[in-house]
Amino acid sequence: MLAAFKRIIKAGWRDFTRNLGLSLVTIFAIFLAVSLVTSIFVFRGAANFVIRSLESKFDISVYFKEDTSEKDIFRTKNMLLDMAEVESVDYVSKDQALADFKLKHLDNQVITDALNEIGDNPFLAALNIKAASASSYEAINQFLNQKSFNNLIDKVDYYQTKPIIERFYSLSANIQKIGLVLALVLAIIAFAIAFMTVRLTIQNSGEEIGIMRLVGADNWFILGPFVVQGVICGLAAFLLGLVVFGGLSYAVSPFIFTLTSGFQIFPYVVSNLLAIIGIQILTGVGLGAVSSLVAVGQYLKK
Amino acid sequence: MIKFEQVSKVYPPTHLRCKETVALDNVCFEVKEKEFVLITGRSGAGKTTVIKLLIGEEKPTKGEVFFDGLQVDKIIPKDLPRLRRQIGIVFQDYKLLSKKTVFENVAYALEVTGAETERVKAEVPYVLKVVGLENRAEHLPAELSGGEKQRLAIARAMVHRPKVLVADEPTGNLDPYCTWDIIKLFTRINELGTTVILATHDQEIVNNLDKRVISLEKGRVIKDAKKGKYII
Repeated sequence: MLAAFKRIIKAGWRDFTRNLGLSLVTIFAIFLAVSLVTSIFVFRGAANFVIRSLESKFDISVYFKEDTSEKDIFRTKNMLLDMAEVESVDYVSKDQALADFKLKHLDNQVITDALNEIGDNPFLAALNIKAASASSYEAINQFLNQKSFNNLIDKVDYYQTKPIIERFYSLSANIQKIGLVLALVLAIIAFAIAFMTVRLTIQNSGEEIGIMRLVGADNWFILGPFVVQGVICGLAAFLLGLVVFGGLSYAVSPFIFTLTSGFQIFPYVVSNLLAIIGIQILTGVGLGAVSSLVAVGQYLKK
Repeated sequence: MIKFEQVSKVYPPTHLRCKETVALDNVCFEVKEKEFVLITGRSGAGKTTVIKLLIGEEKPTKGEVFFDGLQVDKIIPKDLPRLRRQIGIVFQDYKLLSKKTVFENVAYALEVTGAETERVKAEVPYVLKVVGLENRAEHLPAELSGGEKQRLAIARAMVHRPKVLVADEPTGNLDPYCTWDIIKLFTRINELGTTVILATHDQEIVNNLDKRVISLEKGRVIKDAKKGKYII
């Protein structure tokens, strides 16, 4: 058993080196599939980053009535923080709001004079709420519109930002859906190309497979070296993919950073290296082995 | 050892206007251990079909084929390799593994039987020496002459010491000098105790060997003579 296993591995390696031209073609085809799957993984990371960074720009503000005590405001804040839909809540007191406004319009004499004319602090205490995702704002708004808050809350500015949030939400959902379909189609094409290439290379060996059967080789003894060859091609494609992808992500990192306003592709690749290696090995070796198995299997059924 | 009992083989028509082809018609014969049997007849007489039925490559339409007590036509595909390891086969077109060297071609037939590496290392050079290819071990089949290719095919067929050696027109592609080289090899192998079945339409071989001859015509056995001559 062990001797047969050793022979199969040795034969697979020997066939790989003797048919180097065909092996290289197979490696390249599998490499394309591996690269595409890796690109999809990284693209998803970049898309999520962009969506998250845009989402972080949204918030809704809750303005409290003049006579609402800080105690009630903090109670509301804690209730909000208990919600799964809420990511963060910042409290802005009346004084803080005034100070922020003054600082923002320091150079505008007209506004400064108008404030002085009013005399009192016209600003209301507020809570600025950031949701965990764009789709969560509706739930937060519904929570704040409960009767129990009627005496405390002056207004929620959700209705002003709602159209923008909803448009963004539908856009990002559509982008993700289209991206997924596109990735799936591309992956199927790449897999089909790699599979057909492996099949074509094995087609050359159709006659040899027939001879092996006549000599008395059983199916695994025939199949084994082809599968080993496929696995070697898959491993080579994985290594090639890792080097090319690592180098490429390092080279284009500044460009992607500018394009996405902050997505750092190389650190992303490094921090997800294990996942990327896993995906590449699984794709490369799986594709090589399964394609060989299916292609040779067809000859063995005859 | 080998028995064909009322064996018929009919190939269905390949397309609508064709008729079915009767390759063998009620063929009966028996081959005993250590015998040297020549199966002779014109092209299309059914010689190759006899061999295909014996190695389980085809199933008879009617009748039964036995090898060493086993009913060949009842063997399931999974068990066919075990049958074929007991039969050494030599073809007119050699059927060598083109990407393997001479050594590897012979070793392959031994390896499929599960032979230990030490045995492979010892037996392959010995068999190559017997067929006179000891200096060609590292060459690929494409680098050999026709005679050498056939000797390699015989070495591969013999290396695992099969009970029977079956050859289908082994000299069909060879010049007269090489032909007798190969025939002498078969005679020697038979003298060493292996049953040999040689399918040929070469009149000179049949007439000079003075062995048992089964003559086929249109799929039927028309003569089975102990020391036969070419009659067709």
